Parts: sequence; structure tokens; C-alpha cells
Amino acid sequence: MSVLVYVEHSEGKIKKSSFEATTYGKDLSVMLNLPCVAVAIGNISAEELKLLGAYGASKVVHCNSPELSSFSAQSYAGAVASVAAEEKAKVVLLSASFSVKGMAPRVAVKLQAGFADGVISMADVSSGFKVRKGAFSGKAFANISMYSDIKVITISPNSYKILKGEGSAEVVINSYKPGAEENKVKVKETIRATDKISLPEAEIVVSAGRGMKGPENWGMIEDLAASLGAALACSKPVADAGWRPHSEHVGQTGVTISPNLYIAIGISGAIQHLAGVSSSKTIVVINKDPEAPFFKAADFGIVGDALEIVPKLTDAVKRFKAAH
Amino acid sequence: MKILVCISSVPDTTTKINFTPDNKSLLTQGVQFIINPYDEIALTRALELTEKEGGKVTVITVGDHSTEPVIRKALAVGANDAIRVDAVPRDAFFTASQIAKAATENNYDLILCGHESIDYNGARIPSMVAEMLRIPSVTICKKLTIEGKVLTAEREIEGGKEVVECPLPAVVSASEGMAAPRIPNMRGIMSARTKPLAVTQAVDVPKLSEVIGYDKPQPRSTVQLIPADQPEKLIELLHTQARVI
Ligand SMILES: Cc1cc2nc3c(=O)[nH]c(=O)nc-3n(C[C@H](O)[C@H](O)[C@H](O)COP(=O)(O)OP(=O)(O)OC[C@H]3O[C@@H](n4cnc5c(N)ncnc54)[C@H](O)[C@@H]3O)c2cc1C
Repeated sequence: MSVLVYVEHSEGKIKKSSFEATTYGKDLSVMLNLPCVAVAIGNISAEELKLLGAYGASKVVHCNSPELSSFSAQSYAGAVASVAAEEKAKVVLLSASFSVKGMAPRVAVKLQAGFADGVISMADVSSGFKVRKGAFSGKAFANISMYSDIKVITISPNSYKILKGEGSAEVVINSYKPGAEENKVKVKETIRATDKISLPEAEIVVSAGRGMKGPENWGMIEDLAASLGAALACSKPVADAGWRPHSEHVGQTGVTISPNLYIAIGISGAIQHLAGVSSSKTIVVINKDPEAPFFKAADFGIVGDALEIVPKLTDAVKRFKAAH
Repeated sequence: MKILVCISSVPDTTTKINFTPDNKSLLTQGVQFIINPYDEIALTRALELTEKEGGKVTVITVGDHSTEPVIRKALAVGANDAIRVDAVPRDAFFTASQIAKAATENNYDLILCGHESIDYNGARIPSMVAEMLRIPSVTICKKLTIEGKVLTAEREIEGGKEVVECPLPAVVSASEGMAAPRIPNMRGIMSARTKPLAVTQAVDVPKLSEVIGYDKPQPRSTVQLIPADQPEKLIELLHTQARVI
């Protein structure tokens, strides 16, 4: 038996969210007294996969058949379910990325497993098996009891602290091949801005709204984000107006994020906006209106004109980074 | 082309959320229910596709009698008919099993869903249904077109997007941008009353999980305001107090 962690990678590098999932998997496996095994699919080197050992995986199963070289929810779910059966997984863990959201429910159906998505803390295994997740778009938490023999869980990015130790994992090749009927989705084109920090996984997010007046003022927002190593986000009207791409739009109808630090600049804090960001650990709001609703949801605030404050804040960050 | 659109009835975004004393379910008194916004996008795209290519749009929901206003709204917007599986959804596996059963009985070319519901925020139903039917799925799509028996969709990936192609039948989940929701007109509202709404019995499935209690987030302590001319003070607090930089 085992705890099985699905490991995602991008351009040959394991994603940070997968190190997080592996750490979670290892801590859970200790409580359940089981080994922690990882599974990776597609083109990635054994050297890279061995790194998972330092995060607690004792073994990495690598499904590398050519039919699995590009992502398809159906074929990847088939591979993970097949490895889960071979490794007699009691729990299958995945980090809730866009792709995983389309694949994990399939794994659960294949294994006839109970499924919980977007889990935000360690499972409680003291009696039964309980997990906790956000619900009602940030307005509540749901505590869920899972009754099935096998459980499939996705964890929300940035919800568990990555712990790196020593060690190197053994990598074994698995020859799972999807059937033709499982590989019908063909990728025609991938458009990726590789220089950008991925928004759902970012630890720090700098976000701006209509208070910035126009796209010509985004240079200072980009500078602040760069100084902090942060990803960029925006409010919905900003994306609707074409000032920023829709992929940066956060909120109820956009991306949901839970970074360690969310800096909201010139955003009023409408309930639909908060729905996507309220689980951020620390929230900073910069707004010229002291009555802006966002201040009620913030930890730190500055009242004033963003166009004046942001460049000064960037300078302060640079001085801080130089000193530390 | 026959399209099935899965809709769920959810509390309006701006409603305050409260729970029953045992914290096991939502207190529904005074709560305004709406079509889940993403399902509304899916429904609109389904209507656009059938208006262009010809065909029929059926909506399905798993819910008790209280979900009928939302079904009538979907019919008023333009769906041809509706199915209500008469049961209170227990977990995603339960709901998906009901939808998969209805789909098996009716052979749809396309099943369109919203990518997630704003109440449970699970994003599970589309992929579960697809797996139960053993057909392909493309999730979190911002664009969808159909040419003959093949769909082309643009789906979101981390830091970018991907254009994919896939043969029908398939399941697609819609996110913001696939279509702009429509407001029903008077004629639509009138005709919705007489459009067919089939009420069916739920199939029994094992209980794999359940919500044992909801709770609300701790309110954040009151905001600490920092003078506008002291940004270095903010950085210091983020470093020493919040420990996030
Ligand atoms: C169904 C539905 C779904 C929605 N989904 C989303 C969503 O996913 N995400 C989202 O963001 N919104 C969403 N909205 C829209 C939401 O209700 C708000 O309209 C939107 O978030 C407001 O964006 P904003 O804060 O940028 O603009 P505004 O509300 O116009 O606020 C601008 C803010 O900037 C401040 N400001 C102005 N000038 C300056 C300055 N010089 N310096 C500092 N501050 C300044 C103002 O005081 C104000 O607080 C949705 C709405 C609906 C109905």
C-alpha cells in the first residue's frame, strides 16, 4: 500500500506545486504508516525526478510512453489510475492546477474513490478521514468526511509548506500505454508566456484595478511585481477594457488564488473580486478612498494616490532586497 | 446537433452566507438563487451553436422542487426542454452519476457545463461525467467552435492557453469569455412555462464522501494603516510581522 503523489512538470522542470504536494504526501504517509510514491508522466529526465527524494518520495514511477508526451485528461488519468492500482494507493494526491482539475475527477471515477478538491490543510486521520476546503467562493469552509477505501485529493497551491531534506528517489519506468479512444484530444497550439510567473502558483501577487486610470500606468505595477518576484493580476473591468489580458483577471469569474501576499492597488474590493483572493494569507490594499470596502478585508493598508505611492514602494522594496 | 447543458442553482454572489444550527447545510431563507454564472455562459454558447447549425438544447439539473425557477429561467433564455433529477445532490459522484445516466439514455453530441459552481467550487462534474461515459473532455475553455463532428476549443493552462481539437461526442466546461449571458425576453418567459420539463428518479449510488460541517473564515483583524509617505514601514511589517517577504 502507499500514498501516491502525481507530479507535474513544465519544460522538463518539476513544478513547485508538485514539491508542495510531495511534502504533503510524505507527511500524510508518515501518519498512515505507508511509503510515499510519486508518479510523473511525459518527457522529463530521471535526474530531475530523483530530486523528489529530498521531499519525501521513496520511489518515482515514470510513465514515459510516446503516447503520453502531451497532456490529455483522459490518458493521463488512465496512467495515474493504473499506477495507483499497481502501487495499491490508499490516497492519491495532486496539486490543483488547471490541467489537474480536468484529470483528477477522472482518476476518482476510475478508482471508485471518494474525491475532495482544493484541500487547504493536512487531512485529519485521527478517526476516519477528514479534509477541509474553501466553499461559497471564499465565504466559507467545508469540512468533508471521506468514506471510500481509496481517496483522491487535490490540494490548493500554496496551502502547505514545502520541506526539503536530503536524499534521492529511485526512478522506475512504467510502460502504460493509453488506448486510442483515450487519446482523442489533440493539442494544436500552445501559447505560453514563459517569462511570466504562473498566477495560481505565485507566492506573491501584485494586482491593480481601475484606479490605475489606464494601461499606460502599468509600467510601475510591473516594476513593483518584478522587484518582489511577484505575478501580475488585475480586476475584471481592467481585463474587460483590454488594459490587461483576461488570464490575469482574478475573482469569482476569473482565476482563484491563495498567495502568501496579495497587494491590491486601485481596486475597490467588490465581493466578486474578493471571492477570488480572500484566502490570500496577507492582503495589502492601496487605495485613495479610505472608505473603499477592500480595507475591511485587508491586513495592511495605505490610503493615497497609487500613482505616487507605487514607485516609492518599489524603491523601498529594492532597498530592502539590497540590504537582505 | 443535440446538446445537454448541466445547470446548477446557486446562491446569488452578493448574498450573505449563513448555515443551519448544525452547520451542515446552507440556510436558504432569504437567499436569492440564480443559475450558476458559468452554467449560464455554457447555456448561451449552446444556444449560439444550435442557432447556427440547427439542433436542440436540453438542460439538466439534479435538485429538488426548489430548483425549478432556475430551470424555467434556462428555458426562458432559450433551451428547448429540461430534465430535473429529483434528488438533493449529496456529493459530486452522486450528481455526475445522475447526469451520466440521462446522457446515456439520450445520446447527446455535446455536453456543456460551467467549469465550476460558485457554491461548492469543485469543478468536478464535467470530468466525472466524461469519465463515466468514457468520452473525451476539454475543461476551462474560453472559446468553443464546432465544425461537423469535431470541436475546437481554447483552454486555459498555467501562464497561457492551448488550442485543442477533439471529436464529438465530448464534454466541455466553460469559463469566462466563451459567451456573454443573455437576458430572457418576454416571449421567452411566456414560452418557458409550457416547455417540457421531465422529472426523473435518481439512481442509487454509494456515498463516498459528505460535507460534515461548514464554517466561516475568521474575520481579519482590523487593517493596520501605514502613512502614504512611509512605504518602507510597510516593507518592514511584511518582513517582521507577516513574514511574507
Ligand atoms: C456576476 C459578476 C461577476 C464578477 N466577477 C468579477 C471578478 O471575477 N473579478 C473582479 O475583479 N470583478 C468582478 N466583477 C465586478 C465587480 O463587481 C467590480 O465591478 C470590480 O471588481 C471593480 O473593479 P475595480 O475595483 O478595478 O474598479 P472600481 O470599482 O472602479 O474601483 C476602483 C478603485 O480604485 C480607487 N482609485 C481610483 N483612483 C485611484 C488612485 N489614483 N490611487 C489609488 N486608488 C484609486 C477607487 O477609490 C476605487 O476603490 C463581477 C461582477 C459581477 C456582477
